[in-house]
Amino acid sequence: MKDFASLFTALDATTKTSAKLTALTDYFRTAPEPDRVWAAGLLSGRRPKRTVNATELRDWAAEAAGIPLWLFEESYAVAGDLAETIALVLPPAQNPQPAGLSDTLRLLTALAGRPAEERRAAILALWDQLDGAERFLFTKLITGGFRMGVSQGLMTRALAQATGVEEATLAHRLMGDWNPATTRFADLISEGDGSSAQPYPFALAAPLEDGPETLGPATDWRAEWKWDGIRGQLIHRPGAFALWSRGEELITDRFPEFATLADFLPPGTVIDGEVLAWDSTANRPLPFADLQKRIGRTTVPKKLLAEAPARMLAYDLLEAEGADLRAAPYDERRARLAALITALPAGLPLALSPALPFGDWPDLTAQRAEARAAMAEGVMLKRATSAYHVGRKRGDWWKWKLDPWSVDAVMIYAQAGHGRRANLFTDFTFAVRAGNELLPFTKAYSGLTDAEFTEITRWVGKNTLERFGPVRRVKPELVFEIAFEGIQESPRHKSGIALRFPRMARWRRDKSVDDIDTIDGLRDLLRVARG
Amino acid sequence: MTRAPVLTFTDRGIYCPDGDFHIDPWRPVARALITHGHSDHARWGHGKYLCTHQALPVIRHRLGDITASGIAYGEARRIGSVTVSFHPAGHVPGSAQIRIERAGEVWVVSGDYKVEPDGLAEAFEPIRCHTFITECTFGLPVFRWQPQAQVMAEISAWWAANAAEGRISVLAGYSFGKAQRLIAGVAPQGPILTHGAVEEINQILRAQGYALPATTRVTAEVSAKSHPGALVIAPPSALGTPWLRRFGQPDEAFASGWMALRGIRRRRGLGNGFVVSDHADWQGLNDAISATGCESVFATHGYTTPFRRWLEEQGYNAGIVSTEYGEEAEETAEVTEP
Ligand SMILES: [Zn+2]
Ligand SMILES: [Zn+2]
Repeated sequence: MKDFASLFTALDATTKTSAKLTALTDYFRTAPEPDRVWAAGLLSGRRPKRTVNATELRDWAAEAAGIPLWLFEESYAVAGDLAETIALVLPPAQNPQPAGLSDTLRLLTALAGRPAEERRAAILALWDQLDGAERFLFTKLITGGFRMGVSQGLMTRALAQATGVEEATLAHRLMGDWNPATTRFADLISEGDGSSAQPYPFALAAPLEDGPETLGPATDWRAEWKWDGIRGQLIHRPGAFALWSRGEELITDRFPEFATLADFLPPGTVIDGEVLAWDSTANRPLPFADLQKRIGRTTVPKKLLAEAPARMLAYDLLEAEGADLRAAPYDERRARLAALITALPAGLPLALSPALPFGDWPDLTAQRAEARAAMAEGVMLKRATSAYHVGRKRGDWWKWKLDPWSVDAVMIYAQAGHGRRANLFTDFTFAVRAGNELLPFTKAYSGLTDAEFTEITRWVGKNTLERFGPVRRVKPELVFEIAFEGIQESPRHKSGIALRFPRMARWRRDKSVDDIDTIDGLRDLLRVARG
Repeated sequence: MTRAPVLTFTDRGIYCPDGDFHIDPWRPVARALITHGHSDHARWGHGKYLCTHQALPVIRHRLGDITASGIAYGEARRIGSVTVSFHPAGHVPGSAQIRIERAGEVWVVSGDYKVEPDGLAEAFEPIRCHTFITECTFGLPVFRWQPQAQVMAEISAWWAANAAEGRISVLAGYSFGKAQRLIAGVAPQGPILTHGAVEEINQILRAQGYALPATTRVTAEVSAKSHPGALVIAPPSALGTPWLRRFGQPDEAFASGWMALRGIRRRRGLGNGFVVSDHADWQGLNDAISATGCESVFATHGYTTPFRRWLEEQGYNAGIVSTEYGEEAEETAEVTEP
């Protein structure tokens, strides 16, 4: 844990990407191999199996610290983080021992299903072996919410530098469903064997804020709708059929209607597309809310299957006949995709996301204005010659949303409203992510219904961490889409930016604090706004 | 027959009816006994001031033309029908707890205190009493300080690493007390530069005989070039200001007890730094209270509500004194004092 704690401290102490990269690369060069695997797993969002719950942790820590539970809770309210509170209230370790990250996590996961008394003894013993940052991190691994202010992309780059394996290969290897507890480092960084259901990293588009004229000749570009569903990757390889979400979640079982595609798609096919709930009568998507009903369910009742049947609209073809097509030009991939789908029998839940042919930019601008009628969020623009990039690479793919100015942010402070809404919490402060911190950047107090404000008010009552007069600091949990009319630099604000007419466009119950946007994203918008 | 308590709590501050004086009052009074020179305890506008000989020069420097006299640590003085004496609090140079005795009943007002000796301030002495009025700035069990030697070694290593990279180190701390403790405690390894607010206090304390290593006030001629690898000691308000530009791209750190909590660090924008406090930690508070042998405790200056409940569960009669050197004032003072 010591190396890992030093890594954490080094990452925590800096906001500079170069310093983070150096610290990570060093770790990936020097740490024991099983620890490197775990570090890569943790930094790509994998967590050890949860074997102890928060209530047990509180009880055991308070008891070991010799303080009553109410005093533990008072301390937690001030510290704002359960793992940190525990690490601090416990007496200094009496039995300090060096322990590797992977060894410690093995001990932890082995506690699954053991009686409470046995788990308690094991956790107390581990706490007594670890001090300072090590104890904090260990506890953080139990409580979850683990974050080191490192993007998966940065981690992948560090791993590439440390191993000499190409970044794109590693990005592919790190996707999907691998378990750090059972994966060897050598396997993690080697090329996959092609038969697995491993997805490719998704290519992402950057927001286009200025209008498309800046992109050059319209003839260089292809347009299609930007659908408001779940971005997914459908994989059919010999012996494997899988649907992955962009969040690298395996969601095959949630959409059983796709299973039949395995009988018709040739093995060695990977399609990038959007999963939508589909209205077959009107032949267009149902509202996102209908799809949302399906997201949370691992088993889908028949009724829901009938009410909100899923369909994938295909954007791109990443693999055909087992060959990786990602380097081929977009036009070529699209043509092969169209041919593949046209050859399929009718009635399957897979269709081509239609292209939007356009003569010039004003033509496309006019089509985009109709996006809402088509149940789309806007249009996507892809350069005809572009490869399928790993992640977000500016320049080739743009999303041109109807309301371009919007970010997903988490609520961190709440305050009661005035007049009619004096008894409701309606004034909120929102934060985006800045490294591993949450950075407040705007307030907003309109855009939701009274019913939603009532629900949020009840939630605030139960999730207040701290009070400053009328203002409550709340758990960073509720995510909202904040829409606004403009953005400008503002040295007066801690975030360095100020928004024009910010409002809550909608409550994103489908998103967690892990999904919010970053300050870098906002600064990108600022650059765009400045032109 | 019931008498008024030895000390009462008024809207001007802690008051002793039998001696007709206030302790650390926050509104003008005729006679003020002052525990130490921090601005939330030593305020302007009182008729007469009494504090330790050691505290007097800084208080005079800060408050200007006042009528004040000094008293030696441990010296008993009759005021009205009570006897008062001042005893080291270990908080900052010259800081004192104030003991008041009336007919065998003893009350002690702690002022701000720290139990671990820091090598500069007169070391804290536990005083037996019946009633103890204690600060509790860090009165929660999440606050647990490392031994000073360990923290100073970390600071020294940080300075050395920066110097090796050719960078200036800037360490921010409260200009009276914290700053001098850092200067005296860090391992000597290069020039120590000081902000004017810090250097003024340095000069006063040096003249009193406190052992402070040589420091250089930052003036127009001082820069990263003239003093490569230097350590700069400055008040927190100097961080992030143009004043620092002369040092190129210095590494800035903050020395405060609040650095112990990541959340507080983040909310107050404290950045990186070291946990160094001039107040007692949780264990220190509990040890100090226990060492007084008191039956009653009044908590002030901090997390008073939970601290009082904790003390009651430990068998003390416990109350809260609301003072205007409450937690917010002190926190802001620590963060923004010029
Ligand atoms: Zn003080
Ligand atoms: Zn104070």
